[in-house]
Amino acid sequence: MIRFDDVTKVYRGNARPALNGVSLEILSGEFVFLVGASGSGKSTFLRLVLKEERPSSGQIHVLGQDLGRISSRKVPYFRRNLGVVFQDFRLLPNKTVFDNVAFTLQVIGKSKGFIHETVPDALQTVGLDGKAQRFPHELSGGEQQRVAIARAVVNKPAIMLADEPTGNLDPSTSAGIMSLLERINANGTTVIMATHDAGIVDRLQRRVIEVVGGRIVRDERGGGYQTQATPVVQQGFGRPATVAAPGMPTHSAPSGTVSAPNGEARR
Amino acid sequence: MRVGLVLGEVAQGLRRNLSMVVSVVLVTFISLTFVGAAILLQMQITQMKSYWFDRAQVAVYFCTELSTVGACSQQAATDEQIAQVEAQLESSTLAPFIQEVTFETQEEAYANFQEQFAGTAAADLASPEFLPPAFWISLVDPSQSDVIQDAVGGFAGVESVQDQRAYLDPIFDILNASSLTAIGIAALMLVAAALLIATTIRLSAFSRRREIGIMRLVGASNRFIQTPFIIEGVVAALIGSVLAGAAVVALVQFFVQGYLSTTLPLTSFVGLSDALIVVPILLLAGAVLAAVSANVAITRYLRV
Repeated sequence: MIRFDDVTKVYRGNARPALNGVSLEILSGEFVFLVGASGSGKSTFLRLVLKEERPSSGQIHVLGQDLGRISSRKVPYFRRNLGVVFQDFRLLPNKTVFDNVAFTLQVIGKSKGFIHETVPDALQTVGLDGKAQRFPHELSGGEQQRVAIARAVVNKPAIMLADEPTGNLDPSTSAGIMSLLERINANGTTVIMATHDAGIVDRLQRRVIEVVGGRIVRDERGGGYQTQATPVVQQGFGRPATVAAPGMPTHSAPSGTVSAPNGEARR
Repeated sequence: MRVGLVLGEVAQGLRRNLSMVVSVVLVTFISLTFVGAAILLQMQITQMKSYWFDRAQVAVYFCTELSTVGACSQQAATDEQIAQVEAQLESSTLAPFIQEVTFETQEEAYANFQEQFAGTAAADLASPEFLPPAFWISLVDPSQSDVIQDAVGGFAGVESVQDQRAYLDPIFDILNASSLTAIGIAALMLVAAALLIATTIRLSAFSRRREIGIMRLVGASNRFIQTPFIIEGVVAALIGSVLAGAAVVALVQFFVQGYLSTTLPLTSFVGLSDALIVVPILLLAGAVLAAVSANVAITRYLRV
């Protein structure tokens, strides 16, 4: 689904790489937390997946496509397979909830009929039915983030990228957003979420990738925000990250079913 | 659906950016008016050239008792010498080039001179001896005066061969210079217009950066994102072009036809039909200029 092969990203005018020799693979249907301090490279990772940036070296494959080979004219069509959610919601203040979600479909040329069929569904999924004609400033932060999530999922993306979606929200609202994201994930969408929220990561017990200084120092299934029993593993340069914890399945294990600690079977 | 959406975006952009749009309209208006004026001036020059050059003659002047230039040494050309030149002009080699030849005696030249310079000091000073007898030749092709020069220029008794077109050249030089000046100003103004359009479009894109950001994120095609901005620039420039076209037509109608042609009734001037040829050129120039500069501006804005 998403594969990074020894990806390094150096921003211009910046000697230190934002990502340094990162290799990893994220499978279809996974729920992945991306954790690490500010500036560690989480956002760069998401931007690379979106092809908003191109890597300085290394290869990235998303949805079976080599991002280095997609012509810039084809990038928009590639992005239609991805949904993105941000910490600051990024809603259009002069459009209603319905129009904010419909805008996504309008600008990719969907028909009016399709829009009127799909948007209410998406709003219902995020629990906002009945608020379609409100404006963003009339909504709470949690509701605004739900609109943003509806916008991200309305086109049924295969992958959802969330950059600190709960960063601006209080804990109980965050919990609501997280259960929504889990539900979306359960419907088959791969979710990659960058976060600082230790409580959420610890509670959900999903795959955790920790980034420090542009390197992956931990890739753990069913992990918490902080390293617990698992020792920090320096990632081998140019090879897929391995997980050192004994008994833990690694993501570089033969693809197929990988059993998570909670016993839930995953693709 | 999509057309309506794009046009809605255009209308919104034009409204949001009104002061910049007005300045684009004014600058394209002025610059294209200069372009139109330059084109009309060139048309005028062409028209005058064909009018005057067709009437320009070649003069073969003969020696008088007073002339010292050329082959003359204060000896008037004899009748035989004149007859020789006439025979040469009528020979089969020269005849195809010549439409008409008339001979002007000293007395006739004096009479013409008196008529032309009546009331000036030159008319009082002149006398028939000063004015050479001459053949006035109308050529089939006025530009081939060299043929006459080569054929009879060296004959005994011929003082000089002169092409009247040489006298017209300074006039056309002046007209050409003013036309070039208009083109130069127009070019500078067009550069200003292109830059202003680019700035306006970038400003418009900046004021809609939220929408653009989301469109890019959700995978709207580049063309879909860019088209409203390009149309916005083209609409603003087209308004300026229409104004410039109206100005050019008004200039021809009221100044050239209404004033100049009554003041100088003998000269033919450019008319409305010429102005109506210029208008579509201006519209096209305005639209292309705006489309290109808006396209460059928005493409550079989106490529980050």
